[in-house]
Amino acid sequence: MLEVYNLRKAFAGFVAVGGVSLTVETQQIAAVIGPNGAGKTTFFNLITGHIMPDGGRVLLAGRDITGASPHRICRMGIGRSFQRTNIFARLSVFENVQAAFLAHRGRGRNFWSRSEDFYRDETAVLLASIGLGGQADAVAGTLSYGNQKQLELGIALASDPAVLLLDEPTAGMSATETRETMQLLQRIAAERELTLLFTEHDMEVVFAIAEKIAVLHQGRLLAEGTPAEVRSDPDVRRVYLGEH
Amino acid sequence: MTGRRAALAGRIPWTLVVFLAAATVPWIGTRYDTFLAAQIVIDALFAVSLNLLLGTTGLVSFGHVAYFGVGAYVCGILMKTYEVPFVLAFPAAGLGAGLFALVSGYFCVRLIKLYFAMLTLAFSQIVWAIAYKWNEVTGGDQGLPEIPYPNLDWMSALPGFADLRIGDRFYLLTLVLVAASVAVLGMITRSPFGRMLTTIRDNPERAAFIGLNVRAYQLAAFVVAGTFAGFAGALYGLFSRGVFADYVFWSKSAEVMIITILGGMNFFWGPPVGALALVWLNQQITAYTEYWPFMLGTILLVLLFAFPGGLVGGLVTGFRLAVRRLARSDA
Repeated sequence: MLEVYNLRKAFAGFVAVGGVSLTVETQQIAAVIGPNGAGKTTFFNLITGHIMPDGGRVLLAGRDITGASPHRICRMGIGRSFQRTNIFARLSVFENVQAAFLAHRGRGRNFWSRSEDFYRDETAVLLASIGLGGQADAVAGTLSYGNQKQLELGIALASDPAVLLLDEPTAGMSATETRETMQLLQRIAAERELTLLFTEHDMEVVFAIAEKIAVLHQGRLLAEGTPAEVRSDPDVRRVYLGEH
Repeated sequence: MTGRRAALAGRIPWTLVVFLAAATVPWIGTRYDTFLAAQIVIDALFAVSLNLLLGTTGLVSFGHVAYFGVGAYVCGILMKTYEVPFVLAFPAAGLGAGLFALVSGYFCVRLIKLYFAMLTLAFSQIVWAIAYKWNEVTGGDQGLPEIPYPNLDWMSALPGFADLRIGDRFYLLTLVLVAASVAVLGMITRSPFGRMLTTIRDNPERAAFIGLNVRAYQLAAFVVAGTFAGFAGALYGLFSRGVFADYVFWSKSAEVMIITILGGMNFFWGPPVGALALVWLNQQITAYTEYWPFMLGTILLVLLFAFPGGLVGGLVTGFRLAVRRLARSDA
């Protein structure tokens, strides 16, 4: 579903991502792990068009999307959440998700109808499925941190993506919140037949749900494989897991 | 009890009430009242058009007067130099301002925040320089005086209009055109397109990743705002019977921004309230002191600290508090 070949990016001589290749199969749950500064977020930004790669290719369902602008890549079927929570803080929870429906379904050019009449049912259903059904009218910026993360997932899902990229979906969450979030993600990925690629610092979470793990280290792919393979990889044990 | 009272208040078509009240000014007020009312109404449209950028899209334009000025000059030149009737000159003013907004906006939306603001200011100073120097067309520093009023003789046929002076008739025409323009801007603000603009205001990065071409939407908002500023400018040129380079000077951009922020940029009705407040304050203060800019500055400081959401923000907060207190005393 998502194929990345030899992706490269350097910032003023510092190699952030140096020739990383990775393939994620349809409906696979894959994780990218690595220590801080390993290039995980840059890797995501290269895939979603937020940063232009110096070289390499990104294919989505066989189609070359390398270097396309973020809004095009979003429309082609990649949804994403960001490490720093990225919602529309002054809009209500309902409006956040509804806006994503409006944008994705090409209603954004409609300047004559009342926006509140659109996609009420779809928005309510989606909010209920991510556990925010009771907070539709709350101002998004006033939600708890965990709820904002849930809302961000809702915004991404409204674009009906085939592939969902999540940058540290449980960052800053308590152990309970982390467990609930990962259960939610697993359920939604199964329901919507999503391909999931996420970064995560919590190894317990990664080894519990990922079917495939790629380990980045100093901008390069150190190892790649099933959780069992990665866990037993001597390089990974030395530079990363050994730290624990 | 309170609920019923609130529901009743909600059912009153407030905009219609305000419009009708404003329409009675030529009959119940003095000539000077009509003059002030016309100024308020035109400022209101100018500020509402700016607020599509400021409050709705989150774009801080320091050069909004450029489009106001282009509209004023296009309408003035067409009507004075070429004797084009108002029904053609007025739409042409909006078109000219919108086209100029398209060209200048194309460059402006490529920059962010302060750089965007500086470039809008630069474009407005270019317009000012052209207005000031291009004697043959704009009249240069002499301006374009004695622009004819539109022909409003047809209003005599309406009952009650026969005795109205031309200035009163022009005020009523202005009121109708401004009301229609504000209604269109309100429709746009509440539409799905307007909702997209608010997502860009809150978070442009995220807006791109719900599939929006952020720059294209910002440019569209810029063109719409410029067009309606052009309408306001056209009316202002006719209202003051001439178009002068002063109208395009950057301080006028600051004035319309003050109106918008004073009224409350987070509310659609903030800018009209700001226009009313500023003209009224100006009247009150100049009656007592010649230090009007100093007094205004002080008052603005106090108001903005007391009501960070502007006057409408303060009213809304006060109303909510009152409702809550009433509800408590009822219980």
